[in-house]
Amino acid sequence: MNILASQASRRVLGLGLLSGGFILFAGVIGMVAAFHEREIVDDFISLGQVLLLGSPFITSYLMAARLTETGEDPPVILAGGALIGLLTALPTVILLLFNSDEYRYLLDASLKIIPFVAASYLAWKSHAQGNETRQVAATWLVAALLIGIVSFGFALIFEVKGDLRGVLVNVDRDWVEVVTFDHRRELWTGIGLLLAASAGAGLAGVIMRILPDIPRRALLYGLGVTLLVGAFGETVRLILQENLDRDTLREIFRRDTLRQNAAAVLFIVSTLAGFLWAMFGGRAQSEFAALDDSRRHTMRNLGMLLFAALLLALPWLIGRTLSDVAVTIGIFVLMGLGLNIAIGLAGLLDLGYVTNYAVGAYILAVLTSIGPLGLFKGSFTFWMVIPVALLAAMFAGFIFAVPVLRMRGDYLAIATLGFGEIIGKLALSDWLKPLIGGAQGVQNIPKPFLFATELKNPEQLYYIVLVASLVTLFVSIRLNNSRTGRQWMAIREDEDVATAMGIDTARAKLLAFTLSAATGGVAGAIFAAKVGTVFPNSFTVFISINVLSLIIVGGIASNPGIVVGAVVLIGMPELLREFSDFRFLMYGALLILMMINRPQGLIPSKLVMHEAHAGAKPKLSAGD
Amino acid sequence: MFRNKSGEFSWVDFTIDVLRVLIVLAVVVGAWNTLSSGRISLAQWVNLFAAGLSQGSIYALIALGYTLVYGILLMINFAHGEVFMAGAFSAFFLAEALNQTGFLNAQPILAILLLFMFAGLVSMTVAVLVERFAYRPLRGSPRLVPLITAIGASFFLQYTFRGLYGSHFKAYPQVQLLQGTLQLGDISIPVTQIFVFSSALVLMFGLHWLVERTRIGKAMRAVSENKEVARLMGIDIDWVILFTFGVGGFLAGSAGVINGLFRPQGVNFYMGFIPGIKAFTAAVLGGIGNIPGAMLGGLFLGVIEAIGPNLVLAGLGIPGANQLKDVIAFTMLVLVLIFRPQGILGERLSETKA
Repeated sequence: MNILASQASRRVLGLGLLSGGFILFAGVIGMVAAFHEREIVDDFISLGQVLLLGSPFITSYLMAARLTETGEDPPVILAGGALIGLLTALPTVILLLFNSDEYRYLLDASLKIIPFVAASYLAWKSHAQGNETRQVAATWLVAALLIGIVSFGFALIFEVKGDLRGVLVNVDRDWVEVVTFDHRRELWTGIGLLLAASAGAGLAGVIMRILPDIPRRALLYGLGVTLLVGAFGETVRLILQENLDRDTLREIFRRDTLRQNAAAVLFIVSTLAGFLWAMFGGRAQSEFAALDDSRRHTMRNLGMLLFAALLLALPWLIGRTLSDVAVTIGIFVLMGLGLNIAIGLAGLLDLGYVTNYAVGAYILAVLTSIGPLGLFKGSFTFWMVIPVALLAAMFAGFIFAVPVLRMRGDYLAIATLGFGEIIGKLALSDWLKPLIGGAQGVQNIPKPFLFATELKNPEQLYYIVLVASLVTLFVSIRLNNSRTGRQWMAIREDEDVATAMGIDTARAKLLAFTLSAATGGVAGAIFAAKVGTVFPNSFTVFISINVLSLIIVGGIASNPGIVVGAVVLIGMPELLREFSDFRFLMYGALLILMMINRPQGLIPSKLVMHEAHAGAKPKLSAGD
Repeated sequence: MFRNKSGEFSWVDFTIDVLRVLIVLAVVVGAWNTLSSGRISLAQWVNLFAAGLSQGSIYALIALGYTLVYGILLMINFAHGEVFMAGAFSAFFLAEALNQTGFLNAQPILAILLLFMFAGLVSMTVAVLVERFAYRPLRGSPRLVPLITAIGASFFLQYTFRGLYGSHFKAYPQVQLLQGTLQLGDISIPVTQIFVFSSALVLMFGLHWLVERTRIGKAMRAVSENKEVARLMGIDIDWVILFTFGVGGFLAGSAGVINGLFRPQGVNFYMGFIPGIKAFTAAVLGGIGNIPGAMLGGLFLGVIEAIGPNLVLAGLGIPGANQLKDVIAFTMLVLVLIFRPQGILGERLSETKA
């Protein structure tokens, strides 16, 4: 009893169940099975298994970090790690039993017992709070009745369906295969393996944490690099393919998967590198800091130059498929930078940003298409229309901004969301079909030409996106430091005070919306030229949510943050197909977690960081 | 006209006034054209109106959830549409199971009651979990922070349920009792519509009783009046807020069942998003934070959505006017937010609330 009540064991129990709940959730929504499709090391470990074992590993690592601080003994911590591992597997094991033919009666039995147990627990809590007997009894009755209805409902559903899969579509054979490590037939062997592997991962997490600093950092580095390279095997292979001959490539990869030998070599090399960095990295940093200013500047500039060269050479380094991804990322960087003017600088939460994207795309499509809907049958080129698309999007931004100028922050968000939906429905409607083609959209959009060359490959389109992004970046930095930028900031902090300071808030807000719309239009036009067809399904609220997420995750009002946010949030689902099904699940979870734990974003802007350090959470809205 | 409060000429006011005139013109011209052409008979108008009322009562039930939460926390619970979806989607399986055992048609009233309870409780659980884990940690932060969290929660829930139950549309089984029409002279009204409207009314009266006549209802009103004072009076604020989310969730789940039985195209994971925004529109239309307002706003929006395309858009010569139903609803949202943000029944809200 004493042990159970101690704070350490409570923490272990809580963390273990949290990790177990996560693994169960990931399994039930199909994440585990989907990720299993992606092998990290050939015939050795898959991304699904990394998910299964990574959760207890990381959880016990964090637990060990806490418990070493409070001065627990290593054996206790080790036991805690193993316990976390077992607890992580527990919910999954229970679901496995419920799902098996022999033990299905357990599901039925638990659904019948749960209402009584839960009601008794609640009644006990009510009693512990010192309520009267009558109230405790009432609590028990109401709870038993309500939980009973849900429980009874599910019991009935499962009984009629005969198995779990009829309802929970992802509790299928694939999932069982993964969590039992391919022992679907021998259920108990599979369960034993799962428990053992999970407990082992928990122990490994603790051991990793207890290790001395330098080997720990080296090992973590090696592990991280190997897993990343393995998970993005396809991407890495595509990059190497540009620079290595076929036979060497075959030594390293079997199709898109890292071979075991290659993985071992990679792990050893990266661990060694991590070891060297852990030994001497600190000294290098302090030496860099000790350099005098002018030389440090030269070093910085050299670094920037290298980065610029890398950006310029990127398409040649990464090949066609990845250039395509880079163009998509670039389009979202462009939109992120644009929307950031409204959200980040002026504090206007615009959820209808897709409107501008759609306007840009449709303008380009209708003006340049050589198909039946093209107005000029190709006598206008991409370059002539880009400014038109930009102005049209700005005009649209202006028009939609006027009605919402007087609205308060959250109403403004919903109203702009409404605008986005209106545009979507109009694009689909019969009314505008003669003009923009309804659901079929506009086809046959020619690629841009530069002098006589057709820029038809993503490698070439990449440069258009790059230039556009750089121009936008420049403008947005200049704006941030301009008089207008300061006005926006004042409005973001407090609209009433801003008005009192003599700022024409209506004018400043209009300007923010209009400028923010401009890049959306350009992004839409580039997208239309890249894809060659424009149809309404490309312009849903999901685009707005995508852009919003990358701003929030990267760091509100932070330009580098937005670029990183776009690379991670847009690039990852493109590169890891397994992720793309869970893209919006991930975005949703990220938005919640970022708002709760790190509202300033991954790479906060200096100003927001300053505010955060001053003790206040960064402000996102005007007039609060 | 064309002047702001201090009497100066203001472009924003000017534009908004021009917009006002244009909209009134469009409505008048469209309605005049339609009515003078006589394309739609009186019986058809009545049918449209009845269909609008039924659809509107579903909006009203969802809108109550927005209004309840807004009344207490001054926050737009953007994920409320997904709470509605959770109940409707989960109850589909129970409806199917009840249908297979034959209970659904043998004891339709009991079965439907069971469906209501089940969906309501599932939605309640979802709403309460979202409050507990996503919103509670953010109480007291600037207004847009919980809104962004709510958007996150909305997409998280959508794709969670997609992962749980799959992405296909699933149609509720038909209940024999609800088939057929009621004949009143020229006018025939489907029984489902009567069922939808009356069950929504019962739920609304239930809510009214809960808020006005019970102890916990009194506590809810007290918390919405002033949290700090309510706390000093010994009210457990966290519990009242949780309870409010639960009640809103229950109503949304019941609306989910009504929606499932009413609309033949079925349920899927995305079904809550658009009705969620429309229900928010209804809540604003009636005056957000105002319970009778949400009911009225829902019914009003449903009717406008049913009649508007036929009356105004068709009258203006727009083809396929019924495709633009949603456009009418969202235009209403924007118009209300511009011209009367306090809603039909809403009093002028104080600065802190508005």
